[in-house]
Amino acid sequence: MLGSDAILRALELEGVDVAFGIPGGAILPTYDAIARGTSVRHVLARHEQGAGHMAEGYARASGKVGVAIATSGPGATNLVTPIADAWMDSTPLVCITGQVRSSLIGTDAFQEIDATGITMPIVKHSWLVQDVEELPGVLRAAFHVARTGRQGPVLVDIAKDVQEAEFDFVYPDDVDLPGWKPPHKVHPRQLREAAKAIAVAQRPIVYAGGGVLNADACAELLALVDSAQLPAVVTLMGKGCLPDSHPLNYGPPGMHGSKYANWALNKSDLVIAVGTRFDDRVTGKLSSFAPDAKVIHFDIDAAEVGKIRHAEIPVVGPLKLALAQLADEVRAVAADGAADRSPWLRQLEDWRERFPFRYSKSDGVLKPQTAVEALRDLASTRSEDVIWTTGVGQHQMWAMQYLVCDRPRSFITSGGLGTMGYGVPAAIGAKAARPDATVVCVDGDGCFQMTCQELATAALERLPIVAVVINNGWLGMVRQWQEMFYDERFAQTHLTQSVPDYAQLAEAYGCAGFTVESEDQLEDALVAAFDAGRSAVVDVRCDPQEKCFPMIPAGAAAVDIIEAPGEEVVSA
Amino acid sequence: MSSHTISVRLENKPGALARVSQLFSRRGYNIQSLAVGPTEHADISRLTLRVDCSEHSLEQIEKQMHKLVNVLRVTELRPDEAVERELVLATITVAADRRADLVSLAQIAGARVADIGRDAITFEFVGRPEQVEAFEELVRPYGVRELVRTGRVGLRRPSAGGRTVTSSVHA
Repeated sequence: MLGSDAILRALELEGVDVAFGIPGGAILPTYDAIARGTSVRHVLARHEQGAGHMAEGYARASGKVGVAIATSGPGATNLVTPIADAWMDSTPLVCITGQVRSSLIGTDAFQEIDATGITMPIVKHSWLVQDVEELPGVLRAAFHVARTGRQGPVLVDIAKDVQEAEFDFVYPDDVDLPGWKPPHKVHPRQLREAAKAIAVAQRPIVYAGGGVLNADACAELLALVDSAQLPAVVTLMGKGCLPDSHPLNYGPPGMHGSKYANWALNKSDLVIAVGTRFDDRVTGKLSSFAPDAKVIHFDIDAAEVGKIRHAEIPVVGPLKLALAQLADEVRAVAADGAADRSPWLRQLEDWRERFPFRYSKSDGVLKPQTAVEALRDLASTRSEDVIWTTGVGQHQMWAMQYLVCDRPRSFITSGGLGTMGYGVPAAIGAKAARPDATVVCVDGDGCFQMTCQELATAALERLPIVAVVINNGWLGMVRQWQEMFYDERFAQTHLTQSVPDYAQLAEAYGCAGFTVESEDQLEDALVAAFDAGRSAVVDVRCDPQEKCFPMIPAGAAAVDIIEAPGEEVVSA
Repeated sequence: MSSHTISVRLENKPGALARVSQLFSRRGYNIQSLAVGPTEHADISRLTLRVDCSEHSLEQIEKQMHKLVNVLRVTELRPDEAVERELVLATITVAADRRADLVSLAQIAGARVADIGRDAITFEFVGRPEQVEAFEELVRPYGVRELVRTGRVGLRRPSAGGRTVTSSVHA
């Protein structure tokens, strides 16, 4: 067998049904193997960054490892952003890049770049394969590393002559990685300690993140929340891990989270952190974050426990197992009596009623939040299975605030890296993973322009998505900071609402295009987009001045979150 | 902040050392010295790292290193439980009339003559890190032309008993 065919056999054996990529010189033999036949569907992207984000969207929608394929040099460097994105958000990804021939490595050959070197800080591990005999073992290990422990990206860089070499293909049953031993169990004593702390806590709060989704531990989290009646806040990355409409789900904390979620963390006496990493966008000023709380920190990655915030009770291990066992322990301990938490739950409910997500409607100008709400209401009538993706910025925060996600893997966004342009390709990848789902990208106009060439992929690969561009004509979040913190000096943030004409652009790419200029046009356009029978873009021209609130001003304590600029701080 | 010696068993694979050193620079930890070499197993290297950091950072370093696929074990070598040695080569400029004086002084200190030139002598000295410091101070007044230290290497003392203090996050 040729090395190139071996790559595809390995993908097939790993259960990969879709891969995303673009051919080029150093990966040509592998594309020739695709031509020879494989059960892996190859989705041809228009830019390697698009392919990478598609693989991420696929992974996040399916729970499987995403696969992106690119050539050497610029192909590999174009994958760097998605790899970094996957690294920050713990998305399992296997990136396969072609490399120049072994004999040319190190000579600055055409399209040669040190792909493993460039990506070293942003992969779990990487391999440069220069001997075809190593290829099956490396690919086996690559998938294993990507999906076990804390998930994340790996890179396999394969020299062109390795792809062309003939050898006897045997796919190993086991991996030979003596240094890779992710935790597979949980310390029972720690669970008992956690259960005891929960039993006596008067103001506990679960702080759940994306790790719950990665660990497939959503049912276990729900069972714990229900059985112990624990209120919870859920981060941007965790959205959907606990139903948004669950009465004990107090939604997102953090910079643009709700006042009540931030106050809940701040006033709690026990933070039960689950698969989350105390990101600065959640904590605000660290010294003022949950100052009176003990912390129980559940994570698969020991390095996250105690990294930012000391954990009185660290629990390292797989979350699915940990949460299931914790629920049992909590029940056992609660039999001896638990603290009365009704005042706390009443307090949270009071805050939620007093400080909901809100904005002022105004005549004549379409507010972006109105568009997101209309989209939410329409989507819920169209399909049980809606997957939302977003770009990064104001529209992303409004999506977080106003969309209701009751199912795991229904909200796909770029959290840690904050990659503008993530939304459209991630939506295409999600559609490839779950063809029966309705996939909607809520995008910003700045984000959309960074990767909109992938509309061609959506159109030609018949992966229909609806992209709703919350078009305020600005790099809106940057504009907001300029207005609030840079004395309204709007340097280089004005994009205009009219160039490009998004509806025409959509048509040019074989998609349906719609323009909405006022609230009364909104519903018809959205309905038409959902009914288009192909990918559609809805250009929703919104109030350019609208700012995203609530907001924790940078460097401020989360408890001092404000709902409008200049608002007097009302402490909880 | 205080200095710590970390011993790392590492798979002898391409790029393995780069991954460790990259992790240190990426996470903002400062390496004071780093020595690497083969061990009793042909496919395993041992790194001895000297870092100046807080206890909290040390814990982070150990945990982050454990996540590297090529890293097999990370151990802190505490001074009272470890044998630590370092080698220094020092070329001292010396006039012919002061040679005998310098050589006898160096030999009393435990150094050996590695090479003799017309106007300079290269000494080699092996010892505990603090002895290496003392040797350097001793010869410095004579005029050091060139000097190189290997960085310390260390092993846990078998006489210290028990198991090594190993972060067992992946156990």
